[in-house]
Amino acid sequence: MSVLEVKNIKKSFGKTEVLKGISFSLEKGEVLSIIGSSGSGKTTLLRCLNFLEFASEGTISVNGKLIFDGQAENELSDSEIRNNRLHFGLVFQSFNLFPQYSVLENITLAPTLLNRGSEEEIKATALSLIERVGLIDKINNYPCELSGGQQQRVAIARALALEPEILCFDEPTSALDPELTGEVLRVIKDLKNEDSTMIVVTHEMEFARNISDKVIFMADGVIEEMGTPDEVFLNPRSEKTKSFLLKDIETVG
Amino acid sequence: MSFLEVTLFLLDGFKISLLIFAVTLLCGAPLGLPIAFCSMSRFKPVQAVSKVFVWIVRGIPLMLQIFIIYYVPGLLFQTPIFAHIDRYMASNFNILDAGRITAVLIAFVINYACYFSEIYRGGIESISKGQYEAGYVLGLTKSQVFKKIILKQVVKRIVPPMSNEIITLIKDTALANCIVVCEIIKQAKELAATKALVWPLFYTGVFYLLFVGILTIVLGKVEKKLSYFKS
Repeated sequence: MSVLEVKNIKKSFGKTEVLKGISFSLEKGEVLSIIGSSGSGKTTLLRCLNFLEFASEGTISVNGKLIFDGQAENELSDSEIRNNRLHFGLVFQSFNLFPQYSVLENITLAPTLLNRGSEEEIKATALSLIERVGLIDKINNYPCELSGGQQQRVAIARALALEPEILCFDEPTSALDPELTGEVLRVIKDLKNEDSTMIVVTHEMEFARNISDKVIFMADGVIEEMGTPDEVFLNPRSEKTKSFLLKDIETVG
Repeated sequence: MSFLEVTLFLLDGFKISLLIFAVTLLCGAPLGLPIAFCSMSRFKPVQAVSKVFVWIVRGIPLMLQIFIIYYVPGLLFQTPIFAHIDRYMASNFNILDAGRITAVLIAFVINYACYFSEIYRGGIESISKGQYEAGYVLGLTKSQVFKKIILKQVVKRIVPPMSNEIITLIKDTALANCIVVCEIIKQAKELAATKALVWPLFYTGVFYLLFVGILTIVLGKVEKKLSYFKS
């Protein structure tokens, strides 16, 4: 059974249709990369999965359980939305750490408010997560004292603290200097080795190719191409994919 | 009159100034919050009413608002309620000016609440959407997000404009003398009229300066306390 099953997701902002029927599924432990040019709907798709936006049509199922149905008559209640969100974790492009809390507090805040265990348990979990992202010497620092790469690693630990079934990354390295992207990508790669299910929206083609089990190329709100990294990167069938990948090579070269 | 006598006489007036200051701050600051939320309401009629109200209150001189509050009940409804309070409190409890001070307090609280509300609104709207969303994706409720994540960042951002407004407030209390409330400047004018002493009028400035000095130190400490994070 798939961890995540997305069927025919559509989303419009006013008259602009941003997602025109997106369907895919994801198995446990799989890593899915979503690539495509800006404005193709990648971020909107992630935001629909995290219930920051609500798709106008389509369904989302997690572990075989339908959690969202665009056709449903009654709207989801606030508490249903919150429960749905907890299936997913989201790491933002701009980190969005809470500036008034230390690294440790950023990670313990939500588990504490959600009563996910005793104070000691929550702290122990948080510390092991901070260790995993390599920032154990920074637990008492505030976000403003960290580099962008360090902030993003804290944000990853914060998302992991709630043990989401699917962890989503929205262009996690786009706001970072080139020399800082490496440390964040390494952390994500380590997560893959631990069998986390992940969806990564990214512009880092090399990274997408290396880390993914499955790659989706999106263009104009539709899945233009979907397959293994080798299929998409080495033998793209669609013209749009070809020209997108070519442009990427040009800019790099 | 000796210097000490003048000082004590003026201090009597400054107590009234401080009373107006304290009540306006204690009542106006919380009252600003619901006004700010109404101004940000997604329900358009509420937003419109709130914005028109703020526009009127900020658009008319505070002195005129004091006159309106004080005189309108008598002029329109034949019940000069504040004059009644004045007489009642004076004859029964020997408290002077109670009605007029009440009118001044009402005008000040409403006026300052509107200014505060705009500061709050500015502060709340300046927090990035990402802070809310980061809280939401962690499964927090709207009120948890506001109380645990947004509020402190708002407080940090509004301390400088609030400090400004608070310092203006103590000086604005002088406006109370337009309906003959015996605040410090009224007291000084009294000395000029009855004892032909003009210097106390200028001496009042020292009272304001000292108090603003204390305020500056206290508000600076608050600002410093919140300087451990950048938002």
